[in-house]
Amino acid sequence: MTTATDSPQDQGFRLSQLIYDTRYRAITIQVIAMIAFMLIAAFLIRNTIINLSALGKDIDFGFLFNRAAYDINQKIIPYSSDDPHWRATLVGLLNTLLIALLGCILATIIGVIAGVLRLSKNWLTAKIMTFYVESFRNIPVLLWILAFMAVLSEALPTPRAFRGETPSASMWLWDSVAVTNRGTYVPSPIWGEGSVFVVITFLLSLLGIWAFGKYAKRRFEATGDILPSFWIKLAIFFVPTVLVYFLLGRPVTLSYPELKGFNFSGGLHMRNSMLALWLALSFYTGSFIAEIVRSGILAISKGQTEAAFALGLRPSRTMNLVILPQALRVIIPPLISQYLNLTKNSSLALAVGYMDLRSTLGGTTLNTTGRELECMLLMMLIYLIVSLFISSGMNVYNKSVKLKER
Amino acid sequence: MSTTKSLSYVRKEILEQQPAPRSQVGFTRWVRENLFSGWFNSILTLVSIFVIYKVAAAALPWLLGGVWDASSLEECRAVLNERFGNTHYACWAVITERWNQLLYGFYPDTEYWRANLAFFLMLASLAPVLFDKIPRKMLYLTMAFPFLLVWLVWGGTLWGVISVAAGFVLGGVAFKLVDRYGSMALSAIAAVVVAAIWWLFISPSVVDGLNAFLPFGHLQEVQSRDLGGFMICVIIGISGIALSLPIGIVLALGRQSDLFVVKTICVGFIEFIRGVPLITLLFTASLLLNYFLPPGTAFDLTLRVIIMVTLFSSAYMAEVIRGGLAALPKGQYEAADALGLDYWKAQRLVIMPQALKISIPGIVNTFIGLFKDTTLVMFIGIYDMLGLSNAIRANSAWNGIYWELFIFIGLVFWICCFAMSRYSQWLERKLRTDHR
Repeated sequence: MTTATDSPQDQGFRLSQLIYDTRYRAITIQVIAMIAFMLIAAFLIRNTIINLSALGKDIDFGFLFNRAAYDINQKIIPYSSDDPHWRATLVGLLNTLLIALLGCILATIIGVIAGVLRLSKNWLTAKIMTFYVESFRNIPVLLWILAFMAVLSEALPTPRAFRGETPSASMWLWDSVAVTNRGTYVPSPIWGEGSVFVVITFLLSLLGIWAFGKYAKRRFEATGDILPSFWIKLAIFFVPTVLVYFLLGRPVTLSYPELKGFNFSGGLHMRNSMLALWLALSFYTGSFIAEIVRSGILAISKGQTEAAFALGLRPSRTMNLVILPQALRVIIPPLISQYLNLTKNSSLALAVGYMDLRSTLGGTTLNTTGRELECMLLMMLIYLIVSLFISSGMNVYNKSVKLKER
Repeated sequence: MSTTKSLSYVRKEILEQQPAPRSQVGFTRWVRENLFSGWFNSILTLVSIFVIYKVAAAALPWLLGGVWDASSLEECRAVLNERFGNTHYACWAVITERWNQLLYGFYPDTEYWRANLAFFLMLASLAPVLFDKIPRKMLYLTMAFPFLLVWLVWGGTLWGVISVAAGFVLGGVAFKLVDRYGSMALSAIAAVVVAAIWWLFISPSVVDGLNAFLPFGHLQEVQSRDLGGFMICVIIGISGIALSLPIGIVLALGRQSDLFVVKTICVGFIEFIRGVPLITLLFTASLLLNYFLPPGTAFDLTLRVIIMVTLFSSAYMAEVIRGGLAALPKGQYEAADALGLDYWKAQRLVIMPQALKISIPGIVNTFIGLFKDTTLVMFIGIYDMLGLSNAIRANSAWNGIYWELFIFIGLVFWICCFAMSRYSQWLERKLRTDHR
């Protein structure tokens, strides 16, 4: 007599098991999915090859080593129109990264200030911040970029307005910053002899701050003493560098913008295209970050603050030791995606003529060489790598602040 | 007796009730608590008042003193010079004159009613999806709406869209028939095959015949390149979201699946799309999509953009739905298994209805993002509102006008997006109470 616990007799493999038996069905489905995927890929590739050959084109990345023959007005590394396309691409990529980095920093500052002020007890300030957040969040970033560009190029004075006995415009901050409709000129450092030591000292003091932070933490955990670490860190930040600077006889000097002829010269010229893009992206993303910060702080229940007060912690220490570590856990993951959004939105540089990756590789290079396929693929690949780098880097940070569970 | 004597004073009558101190009631109290509760707060208030005063002093006269009736910027400035002696005021006339163009692009002006009708039908067919108090019968309108939209906006006879709809109906019938006998996968394949046969081989000749015979419901045909303005943003946004929903569901399920190959393909697709900017995908649509398709196929640009936007938003949609799936308690999956439902039945009857309901706020937020991003189509030569604002500025009559157009466009977007975000916040609150 057979019981229910007996396994069914092995009747050998039947074809129907491929569909009805869960052990085999998983394999069947995956094989079908794989075949379908490869068929679609083959279909697309075959079409591409046929279409390309009909146009007499091939897939060849050799054009990257040809002379680019166009100029880029905004560059971090040396570049001239005689350089090859890959160098133009690199200049564009660096410009994209520059605007992404500057944008992320400014957006975080704006976002944190706006988010905290929106929670302020001051009714008027809270309302102004609500107005800022809601107006920036709900209007396309492209419109903001164009609007900022229009402000900079239409509403600001021309360099000519600074001329003459009674100029109609004047420079800011004790004649060091010139804000004109052709761009903003700020003082730039001139690295004189021995300035390398100043830089090295500065980097070493950064290292010192980090080491001191570690030491203070270890000491706190061992003895319970809390050092006034903020002031000490501030001292390490400034004192050695300033000391070395004066000991070496001020090797670093500033070059101030000066009015020469019809335009300013000297100093660092920040183009309107870059400023508009930077400000618009920062204010737009800042409004999202403000909401993230606000919800992060609100997510910490009031009991936490009360418990910290009951333990006798001072408000500042409550913020540092109790509220912020918990709020950061809520804030970081959406913050990562905002940084990614900002980086991707920097491709809207096209609207104002800032030469980023899309405007060099995906713009002028693409148009002059006529290699759409290669340029687009390369550009997507680079954006993808940048995005993956940012998200993985931020994920490492996220892991370090995450709740350590057993 | 003696104790009362020793007290020096005892009040015999009750004091008259006094009103609360002036500083503790009404407006004064509110101001003290909310604006001047400490030195820092007072500084904040003063700074805020200063900022508001500066902005208002600069913007209000400009906004309110504007000219509403003129046919060019010069005329506008002449009127302003006459009225105020200077031209530091808005020229709203550009909005009144180009209003129709900003909303409808180059749509033929005798046919505006079609666009308006499509817009109201869209609102009506979205209502039952967004508010569960609306009668469920309205969902039939929702199902018919995509076909009505195509017919109303692009014109032609009704037969074309009816035949496309008939393909879905035939596929559905085939699904039901096969579903009685066997597994979900087989019936899905049957449905796709039947629908494909109808669309590819039978429907074109049937439609041609019917068109020649009985041109039923014929509307003037409109080319895609004549669409523009606010209308094209709404069309691209709505079709992108609606089409991406099913793809997003499949991708989200694939990403959660145990099957390695399926999971890898889905994760790869989602991460690729989310890692590149929309603008590169739009340029792909305008430059490259024809390379990937069989030689000789030529889509119009609007359709190509809709395809790319759909792919783009389906990756984001997949992540939203994955969030919804992850938010469901594990007991729901186990309960469905315990009832003996197979994977697809469990998804269809137990998991998806709940997961989708939780995801609606996220879907709305995705839509807000996508709707704002539709402005990027201006880069590939589609005249949305921003593209039109450039075109208007290129006209000699309005050369040099910026703010009036930007403010109008911004206001249109702001109203739409703000309303949607308020809706999604309302829904989030409602859903939260449902769970507790």
